[in-house]
Amino acid sequence: MRLTLINVVIAVVAAIAFAALNAAYLVWAERRGAARIQRRPGPNINGPFGLLQPPLDGIKLMAKQLTIPGGADKAMFIAAPILAMFPAIMSFVTIPFSDTIVAKNMNVGILMIFAFASMGGMSLVFAGWSSRNKYAMMSSVRAVSQAVAYEIPMLITTITVVMITGSMDLMEIVRQQSGSILHWNIFPVLGNSHNLLMPFSFLIFFTCTLAETNRAPFDLGEAESELVAGFHTEYGSMGFGLFFMGEYANIVVGSCLTTILFLGGWNCPFGLFPGVWWFILKLYLLIGTFIWIRWTFPRTTIYGLLNLSWKILIPLSLFNLLFTAGLLKVF
Amino acid sequence: MNAPILLQPDETFILNVGPQHPATHGVLRVKMEMSGEYIVNAETVIGYIHRMHEKMGELKTYPQFLMNLSRMDYLGALGYSHCHVLVVEKASGIVVPERAEYIRAIMVELNRIASHLFWFGAFVMDLGGFSPLMYALQDREHILDMLEAVTGSRLTYCYFRFGGLYNDIDDDFIAAARRFIPRMRKSLKKYKALVTGNIIFRKRLEGIAPLTPEMCRKYGASSAVARGSGINFDVRRNEPYSVYPEFDFDIPVYHECDSLARYMVRMDEIEQSLRIVEQGLDKLPGGPIMPDKKPKIIKPPAGDYYQAVETARGSFGVRLVSDGGKNPYRLKLRSPTYSNMHLFDEACRGMMIMDALAFMGSLDLVIPEIDR
Amino acid sequence: MICDKTKQALQSLFPKATPEPAESSPAIPSSEAQEKKAKAPAPRQDGVVERDYAVHGYHLDAQVSPDQLLEAVSILDEAAFFIESITGVDWIKENQLEVVYDFSRYDFDTCRVVIRTRLDRNNPVVPTITGIYAGANWHERETHDFFGIKFEGHPHLIPLLLPEDADFHPLLKDFKA
Repeated sequence: MRLTLINVVIAVVAAIAFAALNAAYLVWAERRGAARIQRRPGPNINGPFGLLQPPLDGIKLMAKQLTIPGGADKAMFIAAPILAMFPAIMSFVTIPFSDTIVAKNMNVGILMIFAFASMGGMSLVFAGWSSRNKYAMMSSVRAVSQAVAYEIPMLITTITVVMITGSMDLMEIVRQQSGSILHWNIFPVLGNSHNLLMPFSFLIFFTCTLAETNRAPFDLGEAESELVAGFHTEYGSMGFGLFFMGEYANIVVGSCLTTILFLGGWNCPFGLFPGVWWFILKLYLLIGTFIWIRWTFPRTTIYGLLNLSWKILIPLSLFNLLFTAGLLKVF
Repeated sequence: MNAPILLQPDETFILNVGPQHPATHGVLRVKMEMSGEYIVNAETVIGYIHRMHEKMGELKTYPQFLMNLSRMDYLGALGYSHCHVLVVEKASGIVVPERAEYIRAIMVELNRIASHLFWFGAFVMDLGGFSPLMYALQDREHILDMLEAVTGSRLTYCYFRFGGLYNDIDDDFIAAARRFIPRMRKSLKKYKALVTGNIIFRKRLEGIAPLTPEMCRKYGASSAVARGSGINFDVRRNEPYSVYPEFDFDIPVYHECDSLARYMVRMDEIEQSLRIVEQGLDKLPGGPIMPDKKPKIIKPPAGDYYQAVETARGSFGVRLVSDGGKNPYRLKLRSPTYSNMHLFDEACRGMMIMDALAFMGSLDLVIPEIDR
Repeated sequence: MICDKTKQALQSLFPKATPEPAESSPAIPSSEAQEKKAKAPAPRQDGVVERDYAVHGYHLDAQVSPDQLLEAVSILDEAAFFIESITGVDWIKENQLEVVYDFSRYDFDTCRVVIRTRLDRNNPVVPTITGIYAGANWHERETHDFFGIKFEGHPHLIPLLLPEDADFHPLLKDFKA
């Protein structure tokens, strides 16, 4: 694909539109999903099935005044919500939805996504530090330790996949999984690796995605029963709206990445008719799991969270890395 | 988990939890001196919703004060009214018909289940799980509907009268209560599967906030706070009142002393209350619900009288000092959560804030009941 | 029976006093006939009285002087009583304030003990029992709020239920809002 100006504009607009639409409608999906789990109707007044709720919420948020607390660091305070949304949108540039639908494929696509993902943690730190609020401050301190603790096992697990594939190109990773479910990295019986520990790898990766996106049961940053609203305690208006949308955009990125690395991207489980619809299906199944988990589990503690990462996930993922390396050497 | 930490008082900061804070379930304020996530010192500040019920008691006649009791604890109101009518009846020698006393016990136990259900939901919500609250409220709704049909109100009941009741129960109520019991048992099984067995839930409560029996005694703790610390104390058994000696029920006692033990006690109590309701419906005698002869104006003879009952929140007591007049000379309301909450300052030292707030949830606080 | 033991222990505080029979205390008559006499009550002597549980809801009623209070409470502490509540009563006609301490036990051998002490209404000072029962802290603060009774040695005697700047005591009988 030639990188013309039109292509770039189309790609950027498409990425922003996809991220924003997803963010808005995942809020709706989350509320409907939560309502279903809790045996109540959920938003159902505005439009059919309450589908007009997200734009109306957006209008309400935009119509509000953005208050900045006295004594807050103004520049950081405004930068934080933008930082929450921006990296997620940028990550969509390199995510391949099918073998043709991709804005710009890069041979180091994974690296780029992780680079942007680590910026998401920065937004929490900025928000907590600049708000001049003790709850927000405590929340940002938690966010840092959480981000550090969960990026490590996540990266190690990714390295395992990269070792099997031999490439950091996301398209290449999916291509190597082409075929039925038995070729996918989650259950590689017929694929180019026969590592039967990969299902555990998938679980580790999925857990880390939950933690990286600050979702329940790892939503310690905004643990509302102790820290009021955590890092966005002082945010109202669209500042809060951007944090909110950023959370969902990050979930979409995380689920896309999980789909590509482990679930065979756009491949069909039976090896038939590969295409973008399979990708979308897997993506929303994963997101549904995110919502399901959030409304089922209580929150962990901060020490429980860190113990899980440093004492369980990191040693396990390291062992898996070693095992995979051994397998690759032997076969 | 809770490794010993070195507290450095010169590096602490003050965190004001409340009076408006999601975890305090009302207007309660805890001034916490924090060292990072750890609490060095805490001071509970109460009185934000203080209404001076005790002065109202002195200014109003006995029947006028009936409605005040249910404004103290809006979740388990009937237990409080029960105590008040019992002490006045005892003082002025009014004999209550047996049927009325049975209906009182049934109502109080239903109200206790409703209160425990709300606590259960709110407690799990404190720990970050939202859905159980909705399930619990749906079950509670059945109780409120039943109580509403008989008493006329859903939260702040004024149902008991000196000598009996305001309204008799009918067949609809009995049928609804009989339908409710198996339904609630089924729900309890579901809660057990969904919440009690959840590993995250257990990890957050096991070994958290151990309260020694000695500490409970020094503070006068009651209800699940005492029973979770291995103290077999329930006023319904220790000082039997009303028709409770007629019922066969157990007092759940756990010896782990932690937050999970307090949770388990309350969940088991729901089942025990169901048993009492079941037996009450079986044994319900006929007859009137108000005594034939009752003094027109209630004037207990001079003296002082005390009555304790077991409410959903613990041992509630009313001390009535009468000078023989139409109004009480002094009416002291001993609220159980007042003593239970008092523990918090001492017990939460050295805890992490999220454990401390989970502990606070396990105390089952109703703030208007502390402040009176 | 714990009640008898406690009674004996409490009686040791009053070497001269002979045990009074139940229901004969002049300050708190319970029958209609005695009510007329109570118009001009003779002050009740310090001592331990057994009460009818079925009528009054407690077993032992001990009136002590403020100096004996700590000793009496220590006796109950050793017998594993828990503190139920502390409150006051304003006997304005006698120009006295009464502090009432309720104790009970986590036991099936039920014994409720009430300890009362009478103070001069113009200078109500009583030693604190927070050193023995930590849980007395709030109860004493509340009693200080409502009656203005000063608990000597209390670590933190500031308003608890009333506003921080409250300088009134609402449960005194001469309090006008």
